[in-house]
Amino acid sequence: MLKLLYFASLRERMGRSEEDLALPEGVATVQDLIGWLTRRDQAGAAAFARPELVRAARNQEFAAPATPVQDGDEVAFFPPVTGG
Amino acid sequence: MATVRVQRDPFDTGAELARLIAGRTDIGGIGAFVGVVRGAELAALTLEHYPAMTERALAAIAAEAEARWQLLGCTVIHRYGRLAPGEPIVLVLAASAHREPALAATAFLIDWLKTKAPFWKQEEAQNGTRNWVEARQEDDVAAARWGN
Repeated sequence: MLKLLYFASLRERMGRSEEDLALPEGVATVQDLIGWLTRRDQAGAAAFARPELVRAARNQEFAAPATPVQDGDEVAFFPPVTGG
Repeated sequence: MATVRVQRDPFDTGAELARLIAGRTDIGGIGAFVGVVRGAELAALTLEHYPAMTERALAAIAAEAEARWQLLGCTVIHRYGRLAPGEPIVLVLAASAHREPALAATAFLIDWLKTKAPFWKQEEAQNGTRNWVEARQEDDVAAARWGN
């Protein structure tokens, strides 16, 4: 099982702040997961419509598109950060 | 070891400064930066964050500053929640034997905070409309000058 978290504008577009997801077949990286979520439903398509404005973290560390994901991971998606 | 806190409540800059130099005679200067909510047209600014990750990210940024400039003390406090214009958002303190490393580390800390800490700002206008603040390319440029 994956734990997925969404923050800020991505949370609003997904219509939820988190979900548990059985690791889908063929998903091995963050990029794969984005593709899977994009195809899953309209909310996913809207949330990930502009991949250049999506950032991710795996197990609370910033992740790249090629970062592997595996069962038990916490993967978060969010827009570029704007703190400070 | 840096002091790192993520909190809803305001911070006391004077108290944090005093804590950093209490009992020390090796510190020659402290660089300080206080970020403040700007904009009379705003009703509020709300900061969302990633609780499980935020403190760890701030600690990593502070540790990087401590290592690069051999700081004698470092404090990073970042607020979240709904803040009014004029309220402080973030406090950065960097203590060193001399002013150059203290001031350079302070600039580094705030540049990296803006691009490497999981916070998101949402502006709330006087008429109630809400708008997520977009990341600024200038911030990426400012952060990039310090390398990775």
